Amino acid sequence: MSDFLLEIGTEEIPDWMIQPALKDLGRLFQELLDARGLASPALPIRLDATPRRLVLRARNLPARQADSQELVSGPPKAAAFKDGQATPAALGFARRMGVEVGALEVQSTPKGDYLCYRKQVIGRATRDILAEALPELILKIHFPKTMYWTGKGGPRFIRPIRWLVALLGEEVVPFEVAGVEAGRITCGHRVLGAPTVEVSPADYDEKLRDNYVVLSATERQRKIEVGIDGLLAGTGLRLKPDPALMQTLVYITEWPMPILGAFDAGYLELPEEVLVTVMRHHQKYFSVTDSDGTLAPNFIAVMNTDGDPEGLVRQGNERVLRARLHDARFFWTVDQRKRLEERLENLAHVTYQAKLGTYQDKTDRVVALVRALGGSEHAVRAALLCKCDLTTEMVKEFTELQGIMGGLYARAQGEPEEVWRAISEHYKPESMEDAIPATLEGRLVSLADKLDALRGCFREGLIPSGSRDPFALRRAAHGVVRILVEGNLAIPLLNLVGADEPLLEFFRDRVEYYFREVSGHRYDEVRAAMAAGYSDLPDLASRLAALQQVRPTQNFEPLAASFKRIKNILRQAGVVAPASAGVGVAQASACAVDPTLLEPGAERALYDEVNRVSGLVGRHRAGKDYQAALAEIASLRPQVDQYFDKVLVNAPDPKVRANRLTMLGNLLGEFSAIADFSEIVTSE
Amino acid sequence: MDSFQDILFKLKCYWGERGCVIQEPYDLEVGAGTMTPETFLRVLGPKPYRVAYIQPSRRPADGRYGENPNRLYKHWQLQVILKPSPADIVEQYLDSLRAIGIDLTKHDFKLEEDNWESPTLGAWGIGWQAMLDGLEITQFTYFQQCGGVDLDLVPVELTYGMERLTAFLQGKNSVFDLEWAPGFSYGDVRLADELQFSVYNFELADVPTLWKLFELHEGECRRLLEAWPDYPEKKRFPLLAAYDQVLKCSHLFNLLDSRGAISVTERVGVIGRVRKLAVGVAAAWLEQEAA
Repeated sequence: MSDFLLEIGTEEIPDWMIQPALKDLGRLFQELLDARGLASPALPIRLDATPRRLVLRARNLPARQADSQELVSGPPKAAAFKDGQATPAALGFARRMGVEVGALEVQSTPKGDYLCYRKQVIGRATRDILAEALPELILKIHFPKTMYWTGKGGPRFIRPIRWLVALLGEEVVPFEVAGVEAGRITCGHRVLGAPTVEVSPADYDEKLRDNYVVLSATERQRKIEVGIDGLLAGTGLRLKPDPALMQTLVYITEWPMPILGAFDAGYLELPEEVLVTVMRHHQKYFSVTDSDGTLAPNFIAVMNTDGDPEGLVRQGNERVLRARLHDARFFWTVDQRKRLEERLENLAHVTYQAKLGTYQDKTDRVVALVRALGGSEHAVRAALLCKCDLTTEMVKEFTELQGIMGGLYARAQGEPEEVWRAISEHYKPESMEDAIPATLEGRLVSLADKLDALRGCFREGLIPSGSRDPFALRRAAHGVVRILVEGNLAIPLLNLVGADEPLLEFFRDRVEYYFREVSGHRYDEVRAAMAAGYSDLPDLASRLAALQQVRPTQNFEPLAASFKRIKNILRQAGVVAPASAGVGVAQASACAVDPTLLEPGAERALYDEVNRVSGLVGRHRAGKDYQAALAEIASLRPQVDQYFDKVLVNAPDPKVRANRLTMLGNLLGEFSAIADFSEIVTSE
Repeated sequence: MDSFQDILFKLKCYWGERGCVIQEPYDLEVGAGTMTPETFLRVLGPKPYRVAYIQPSRRPADGRYGENPNRLYKHWQLQVILKPSPADIVEQYLDSLRAIGIDLTKHDFKLEEDNWESPTLGAWGIGWQAMLDGLEITQFTYFQQCGGVDLDLVPVELTYGMERLTAFLQGKNSVFDLEWAPGFSYGDVRLADELQFSVYNFELADVPTLWKLFELHEGECRRLLEAWPDYPEKKRFPLLAAYDQVLKCSHLFNLLDSRGAISVTERVGVIGRVRKLAVGVAAAWLEQEAA
C-alpha cells in the first residue's frame, strides 16, 4: 500500500476553470482505478489546486492488481477431437496458448461446447499502470478553451504544463507529457518560493507551505478572511460580502494576503453601483461599508504575496483605483450633459445584431411590444429609453453597468420612479439565481426585450444548438418563463411566440426545464400538466401544485392507470383522444352520449357519476381551485374500476360500442383539462 | 529615478542579451505592435525568430485632446516576440521587470486571464494581462493563429505598456508628468501631438478623402495579390509592399471609425475587407517562405 501524489504544474490557469477541471481529474482517475481494480473505496481521492497546480492524492493504493484468470476460447469441441484424438485445430490452439492439449478445458456455451484455456493473469504493478495511463488521462481533463504550445499538432491543455510530480510512495511514476517528465520536483511561489523543491507524498503540504504556497483552497479562503478581520478590527468598517469575488481571489493566489486601501471621499458622490463595479469588476477589490451600511472610501485588495511592509502595493492599487474613479466621475459628468431621450438617435449607430438591425430598430420593436402587452405609459416610456445608456461613456467603459446606468441617469433626469426602476432592472434576471424585476413595468420591458431577441433570432435562423448559444437565447427564454410564472403574468405564451413553431418548441423545453429543475416537480407530473396546456404559465404552475398535492392520495394513481387504459382503448379504436391538445388549454370536444343505450349497473353508474362530478369539477376549475377539482376527479375511481370490471367496451352491437367509446372519450377529455393523467407514471 | 527612455533602453538591452534582434519601430501607422511585419509575418511558418522593438501605436478613437491623464491617441509598446516560446518564458519576463529595478518581493504580481483576438488580422492567442499592484503592465499572449493560419511554432508575444510601466516606476498620476528624459516631461514631448491629432481625428479629417485613400490602398493590395499566383520569381515578389497597403487600410479604417463615418451596417463589411487582404498576404507569404 502506498500513497499516490500527482501534481500537474502549469502556468496560471484562469480561476473559474480550476474547480471544474479538478472535478474532471478526480472523475477520470476514479474511473481508471475502477477499471483496473485498484480502487480503495474507503478513502476518497483528495483534490486541491492553486492557479499553478492541479493536485490529486489517493491514499493506500495497492502495489499491484490482484492476480486473475482469463478464459480464452478455442475451437468448438466437435472440431477439436476426432475419434478421441486431438485434431490439428486443437493442437494449434494449445500451441498458441503454450500448453499441452491436456491442460485445456471444455466450456459449455449457448452456441455449444468449446475448447478453452484458463489463463492465469498476473496482476500488473500499479506504478506501471499509472505510468501508462496518466499521460492520456491528464490531457483528457476538460477545459472550456485549450491551447497548444509545443508546436502545431502538439498536446492541448489550458495553459502550458511546466512540471509534473508523480509519486507512488517514494517512487517516481515515470511518464512524460508534452516533453515534461514526471518526477519528484515541484515549484514554489513564483516570487517568494524556491523554483525547485523536492517532495514526497508525506511532506508535500509542508514543503509547499515552506515555499509560500497554501495548497488548500479552504485554507486560502480562511487566510483571506482572517486577514480581513485583522485589517478591519477597530476601524468600525465592515466588509461587503461577495462570495463570487472571494472564490476568484482564492483561485488567483497561492499565498493570499489582504490589504486595506483608501480613496478620496469626494468620489462617494458617485452612485454606489458605479463605485462597486469599478472596484469589483476591474480591480477585484472588496467594497467596505461603515457600520450603518453606507459605502466607505476604502477597499480591500488581496495580494498574492506575504506582506506590504512599505505600503508600496497599497499605494500602487490606490493610484490605479484613483485613475479609474477619475474616469468614472468624468463619464458621469459628461453623460449628464445629454438626456437619455436625446440619445435615441445615436442608437441608430449601435448594432444590435447584424441581421436584426440597430438598437434603434430594436427599441421600436420593444416599445411596440410593451404596448401590445398592455404596458402603462410608464412602461412604454421605459421601453423607449431602456437602451439609451449604451451610448453613454460610462457603459462603453463599464459594460456590466448597462441598464443600471440607464436607471441612474433617468432618475437624475427626473423620470418617474416607475420609469427609472424599469430601465434599471430590465436585463433581469441575468442568471438562474438572479431575481426577476421587482416592478410590473420592469417585468414588461424585460419580457419585451427578451422576446424580441428570441423572435428575431429564430426568424433569422440563429437558433441555439447543443452547447452553442451565442446570443444567450436559453437564458432569455428562461427569463421569460420565470417572469411569467414568478411575476404571475397570465399573458398567453402562444400570443407572445406567434406562429413560430421552432420557437414554441424551444419554449416548451424551457417551461419543462423550469418546472422540473427549478421548481422541482416530478417529470411525469410536469408532462401531465403540460399536456393540458402550457400557454398560461401561472395557470400551469397552479395546476402542477394541485397535482403534486393530490398525487399521494389513495385514489389518484389507480385512476391515472385507468385513464391510460382508456387512452389505449380509444387509440386502438381509432378515436383520437381529445386531450393532449398541446400548448393551448384542452377543450373537451364533447359528443353526446345516448343514455338510452347505457346498460344499467356499472355503465349507468359511471355515467351518472361523471355527470355529477363534471359539474363540480367545472365549478372548481372556473374558480381555479384545481386541487378540489382533482380531488373530485379522483373520487371517480370506484365507478371507473367497477366499469372496467363489468363492462365490455368492445360490445358486439356497433351502436353500443360507439356509445361507449364516446362516453370514455368525453370522460377523458373532460377530466384532462387540468392534467393528462395518462402521462403519470404509475407503479402498476 | 529612471526616465522613460532609461527604462526603454534597459528593456531593449535585456532582450538583446537574450538573443533578440533589436528592431526599431516600423515606419507606418499601426494600431498595435502586433500588426507590424516583424510580428504579423514573422510568426508564420517554421522559422524560429526572436525580436524586440518599440512601436508607437495609434488608436485614433482613444485620443482625448491630451486632457485625460490616462488616455492617449498614441502610446508606446515594447513588443517582444520569441518564436518558439521558451519553457521558462514567465521567469524571463519576471527577470525583465527586475532588470528595470522592480523588486518583486515588495510588490504583488499576478497573471490574470486575458485572451487576445484581432478580427482584422484573423489572429488570436491565449494569455494573460500581467498585473503589478493592480496595474496592467503587460499583455502576455501565446499566439495560436495569425492570418487565419494555425501557427507551426507557438510564439509568445510580450507587449509592455511603456507609459504604464513608467508611471508605476516613477509613481506619477498623469502620463503627461512622466519624466521622458532629465528636464523633459512626457507632456513636453507629446502633448501637442495628442491635441492636434485628436482635433484631426475627431473633427477635421475629411471623410470622403479617407474613403478614397482606403479604396486606393485596398485596390493596390488587391492588384498585387492577384498578380502573385502567376509571378514567376516568387522570392522577388513584393509581398512586404502589399502588406504595407494592408496597414494603410487598417489605419484608415480606424480614422474613419473615430470620425464616426462608418455606419453600423458597413462596419463588419469593412473589417472583413481588411481581413481578406491580411489573410491573402499571410497565405502568400507562407508560400514565398517555402519557395
